[in-house]
Amino acid sequence: MSENRPAALSISQRTYLSKRVRWETIGGWLFVLPALLMYTVFVILPLILTILYSFYRWNGIGPMTWVGLKNYATVFEVPDLLGTIFNAFWLVVWFSFIPVGLGLVVASVIHRVATGRLGAIARTVLFLPQVIPLVAAGIIWGWLLALPGLINQILNAVGLGAFTRAWLGDFDFALPAVGLIGIWVLLGFCTVLLLTGMTKVDPALYESARIDGAGWLQEFLAITVPLLRYEIGVCLTVTVIAALAAFDIVYVSTAGGPGNSTSVPGIQIYVLAFTQRAVGLASALAVMLMVLVVLVIIPIQWLSREGIS
Amino acid sequence: MNKITVRLLALAVISGILLGACSPATTAAPSETQAPAPTQAPATQPPATAAATVAPTQAATASGPNCGTAPVTLNAYFETGFDLPFKLSDEFTKEYPNVTWDIKQDQFANLINETPRLLSGDNPPDLIRLPTMVSFAKQGLLKNLDGYATAFGWDKWPMAQINQNRVASDGTRGSGSLYAWGLNYSLTGVFYNKKLAAQIGMTQPPATLADFDALLAKAKAAGLLPIMQWGSAKSGMGLAFPLQALMASIGPTQPINDWIFQKKGATIDTPSNLTAAQHLQQWIQAGYFPPDINAIEYTDSNARFVKGEGVFTFNGDWENADYDKNMAGNVGFFLMPPATAGGDPAAMSAPLTYGIAANAKNADCAAFFLNWVATNPTARQIDVTVGGSNPGGPSDATMPTVTAGSVTNDTLAAGAVVNKAGTAMDFIANSTSSIFAQGWTPALQKMVGGKEDAASLLKDVQAEYLLELSQQ
Repeated sequence: MSENRPAALSISQRTYLSKRVRWETIGGWLFVLPALLMYTVFVILPLILTILYSFYRWNGIGPMTWVGLKNYATVFEVPDLLGTIFNAFWLVVWFSFIPVGLGLVVASVIHRVATGRLGAIARTVLFLPQVIPLVAAGIIWGWLLALPGLINQILNAVGLGAFTRAWLGDFDFALPAVGLIGIWVLLGFCTVLLLTGMTKVDPALYESARIDGAGWLQEFLAITVPLLRYEIGVCLTVTVIAALAAFDIVYVSTAGGPGNSTSVPGIQIYVLAFTQRAVGLASALAVMLMVLVVLVIIPIQWLSREGIS
Repeated sequence: MNKITVRLLALAVISGILLGACSPATTAAPSETQAPAPTQAPATQPPATAAATVAPTQAATASGPNCGTAPVTLNAYFETGFDLPFKLSDEFTKEYPNVTWDIKQDQFANLINETPRLLSGDNPPDLIRLPTMVSFAKQGLLKNLDGYATAFGWDKWPMAQINQNRVASDGTRGSGSLYAWGLNYSLTGVFYNKKLAAQIGMTQPPATLADFDALLAKAKAAGLLPIMQWGSAKSGMGLAFPLQALMASIGPTQPINDWIFQKKGATIDTPSNLTAAQHLQQWIQAGYFPPDINAIEYTDSNARFVKGEGVFTFNGDWENADYDKNMAGNVGFFLMPPATAGGDPAAMSAPLTYGIAANAKNADCAAFFLNWVATNPTARQIDVTVGGSNPGGPSDATMPTVTAGSVTNDTLAAGAVVNKAGTAMDFIANSTSSIFAQGWTPALQKMVGGKEDAASLLKDVQAEYLLELSQQ
């Protein structure tokens, strides 16, 4: 490294510079230290411990027994455990694709049509689910989707009585019903984020497009979507993680039932670690989930950043 | 930029190694300190006799382990939503004013998660509602109560259910040393709505399973819901109640208890259990349960039964107070009838289990409290009125009075039948800590959804049982 430095640099200058650089480095580290400490204690350490635990059979209190990769093998051998990962991917459609797609449409409609008070009301209503405690929301959705619930009452009233069912207790419809709750929660977040992005787009671009005779759809496809690539990336990242690592929405609505049809890794990790006290097996599933999330998120990040530079 | 990442990584790795090096040690530590506990347990018993020698100078009643006269604060963990232990602790303080309580409470599901940490922590509870016990007993986290059993004469009391709180040295339940004690002994069976039962011509409880089947068919034909039951994974699958009732109606109870107690080689997949599971499947297919059962939670099921939906419901006497209050005079109870006429009816009947931490500061006082609950007339009365269940106790103890015509009256009488026949069972959902969540609930839900038949139900649950045992 040092041979690359300009030869003209005198020794004193060098020491002065390196001293200053060192002080800046130390100062910088001091600023970062509190956050770094928190991050280390609450994120990095648990992460490393989880990886460590995944190689042991351990009940959380007693002695630990080294089992190597056996816990990972168990996850692949037990269909109910592996099945949770497939359910999580199925949830991505409901928690991620639909809210982001719908969010784009809703945001562009609000941006174009309802800029005034109506827009503010629409934003607030859509964002409200983010503010309501999810447990309360889960109970309300439980009532709405129950056999005697409002949704079935409406279906009966409009003559679609044949379609009524206990949505959260039905093998075919429980996951979509959970997905519906996910859409309700995440649509507002996506809409508000995308709308903020749209307001940053130079209005001149839209104006010139309109002068050229572009319709709403052309504007949407040619200007909005490409320029919101980064915001869409953020939305996808957050919602995909919400889907793959889902716990709360599923726990408060179905707890994984009926018959594991809505069971996701988050629920299984919780039950394995805290009810079954199979900490090693729970950790193995958690590590696999983490790797999976990273594998899915990296391409999204890569795609959304590409072209921004 | 790269340098910083490298440093960060280095830091993470180093701290990871440090922690990795420490963590087995710290986690092993409790077990090391706990390991001597079982051998210590008898050693802590001499204070019992020591207390006895001190006793004469104290209250005249004290002849064994007791609470003394100095101020004592019992450190207790109770289950949220159940009044009984709170009412009992109030009454105890009234009689023994030197005893005060530091009561923490939590939901049952949270207790399952917290108990190991509480028992192994710095301030171990003197008294705690135990969700499960085998692993805690094995790890020496629970006090061995054999000494107290001898001192108080518990081992001569008639309730066979006491054995459910015994853990043998090989980790099987049902025999061995006593590690927990019941505040009372719950009983399960069939509750029925008297008005609706009269409507289908039921004049007396069914004597055989065939009689019961006939009543269910009549109810269905009359356009009534024959059985109200819950089934959401959020509360755990309520069809486990009728399933176990059918198992004990059709076959012997011993193999079921052996399976629950984790006896070596025990299986739930027996021919008579298969017949029982097939019978349940027929009930499901005949539409005897609510169509939305997989989405019904426990509290909703009860609320709907109280409101008059369902002729029968399988539940336990812990709901007596609620039923007697909200459908007074309109609710009756009978034990699941045997398949063969003249056979003994069987029932799930389990102690409301409380334990004492191995390192509890006031173990003697806590044990004295447990003995007081079973023997003191006022405590027994509270036990029955508030808890709804049999208070147990010595064979010559008088049974508290209950309102005539109340369902509590029915369940206490039925409990006597089960105790005499020796056909009490623990609950099949208690065999391992998560067999309910991971085994019975999903498998029974699948049976309701037509995704699984009786044979694969038992196979799935047995596979899950073996998987969980292999993880211990």
